[in-house]
Amino acid sequence: MLRLEDVSVRVTNGEGAENGGPREILHNINVEFERGRLYAITGPNGGGKTSLAKTIMGIYPNHTGRIIFDGEDISGMGVTERARRGIGYAFQQPPRFKGITIDSLLALAAPEADPSFLRAQLRGVGLCPEDYVDRDLGTGLSGGEVKRIEVAQLLLRNCPLAIFDEPEAGVDLWTIQQLITLILNSYHNNSERLAIIISHNEKILPICDEIIVIDEGQITGRGTAEEIWHLIRDEVECKAREHCRGGVVIC
Amino acid sequence: MLKPDSVLNDKRNQSLLNAIAGLEKIPAAGAVNIRSNGEVALRRSSPNVKLSSLPDKPGLLVDVKAGAKGETVYVPVVLTADGMHDKVYNTFLVNEDAEVLIVAGCGIHNTCSEQAQHDGIHEIIVKKGGKLRYVEKHYGEGKGDGRRVLNPTTVIRLEAGAAAELEMVQIKGVDDTIRDTVAYLGDKASLKITERLLTEGCQNAESIVNIYLEGKDSSAQVLSRSVAQDTSAQIFRAALIGKNTCMGHVECDAILMDQARIKSVPEIAAEDAGAVLTHEAAIGRIAGEQLIKLMTLGLTEQEAINAILEGFLK
Repeated sequence: MLRLEDVSVRVTNGEGAENGGPREILHNINVEFERGRLYAITGPNGGGKTSLAKTIMGIYPNHTGRIIFDGEDISGMGVTERARRGIGYAFQQPPRFKGITIDSLLALAAPEADPSFLRAQLRGVGLCPEDYVDRDLGTGLSGGEVKRIEVAQLLLRNCPLAIFDEPEAGVDLWTIQQLITLILNSYHNNSERLAIIISHNEKILPICDEIIVIDEGQITGRGTAEEIWHLIRDEVECKAREHCRGGVVIC
Repeated sequence: MLKPDSVLNDKRNQSLLNAIAGLEKIPAAGAVNIRSNGEVALRRSSPNVKLSSLPDKPGLLVDVKAGAKGETVYVPVVLTADGMHDKVYNTFLVNEDAEVLIVAGCGIHNTCSEQAQHDGIHEIIVKKGGKLRYVEKHYGEGKGDGRRVLNPTTVIRLEAGAAAELEMVQIKGVDDTIRDTVAYLGDKASLKITERLLTEGCQNAESIVNIYLEGKDSSAQVLSRSVAQDTSAQIFRAALIGKNTCMGHVECDAILMDQARIKSVPEIAAEDAGAVLTHEAAIGRIAGEQLIKLMTLGLTEQEAINAILEGFLK
């Protein structure tokens, strides 16, 4: 369904660039994703996970190689065109908008959806619609609230290819479980669709069909959770565990 | 007095009245005064709102009866005559404990190369315990290259316990505007001014707001949001002067595009140790990330810009 062939990405300014000079952030990526499967992308910070997601979405253009989606080379297409072909991306750090209300953003994401369905989706990510639909997506919301809205709007779009960039970051433990369930309900064992979750979370990784490890802009590992757990354990597991032994203080 | 039908059946007037006051037809209830090209086209008082001409100068006195609740008054002004320069004095008197919504606004349709101008000089008095919501939209259209100029001057006096909310919107087609607003607040009076402004082409807009918090426990809030496009220029000056135990906040947020310029000068001055005054100002372009986010939902770049501006100026 989605195939990256020898994809390299170079940035010349802004995010990831060094002193404004060009720098290659992804090197010769070759990977294929199939419908009906749930993938995780993991790896150290700065390794290229988000860059890969943004390259698939068209936010970063690839300067070599091809990106094939449903048999079509989409390398030359912009973000809008790829979105209209059914690719969706939930940002790791979603931008805020002064004046745009939550219900109007959800309506932009899913113009055809019934307002009651939009509200149900908000409830699904743990936000009471009564309290939130009229709220401004400005600075008044917490990071966790903004993340949940981001996940809600990607789920609403029903994209054949959805990429969730660290959906659990900044979200409380109880809600993480709920978000995972929602993503699973939409994408697990769904032969029409494909989801990619970028994550370090030890609850998320084992439920994915396949894990892809990215480090220094290259794919360094690929397999089921059992197969590659030894590669990623240091990244995923709590680094302080040996000091606190995972215990809690009981008063 | 003009014949109402000749004014109201004119397509240009219909379009202007709809744009500035949301009037598709004359409302069945409430007081109405429509001024067209410097003359009164329609005047209708209601049982609790008396409309009359000022004795000494061109203009209107709106007198809302003490204790009246839920009243609505429409006082729009339209200019369609070539080269028209209209100056009008309006006094709005909201008596004790009355509650009223006043929909004002001015629309200019200019088809010639001469300047069309409307200077509205308003005095707003809200007596003890009165509540006013005042909505004023400014709008210009027409293919003529004569400039469309609107210069409103507003003096607001809020007596003890009075509350006023002013919503001032200028979205399109006004080439030059200097808006001057001064307010004096008594004990426990509260005032909220919301401004929404969009300039484009080579338009100029200047807004000056001075609020004197004279009464004990008075409060004021000024929220300005503006967008400047093309080569337009905006100046926003808002000053809160705290003369008693009071609270005030002024906030101006602006989106700058193309080669436009914006100058924003929020000012707070406290003359009493009990005054708590704050200000915030921000000018910036639309963040690239905001555009990309909306494009990932399938919007084009232009659609994303429009969605951001529409939300910002709502």
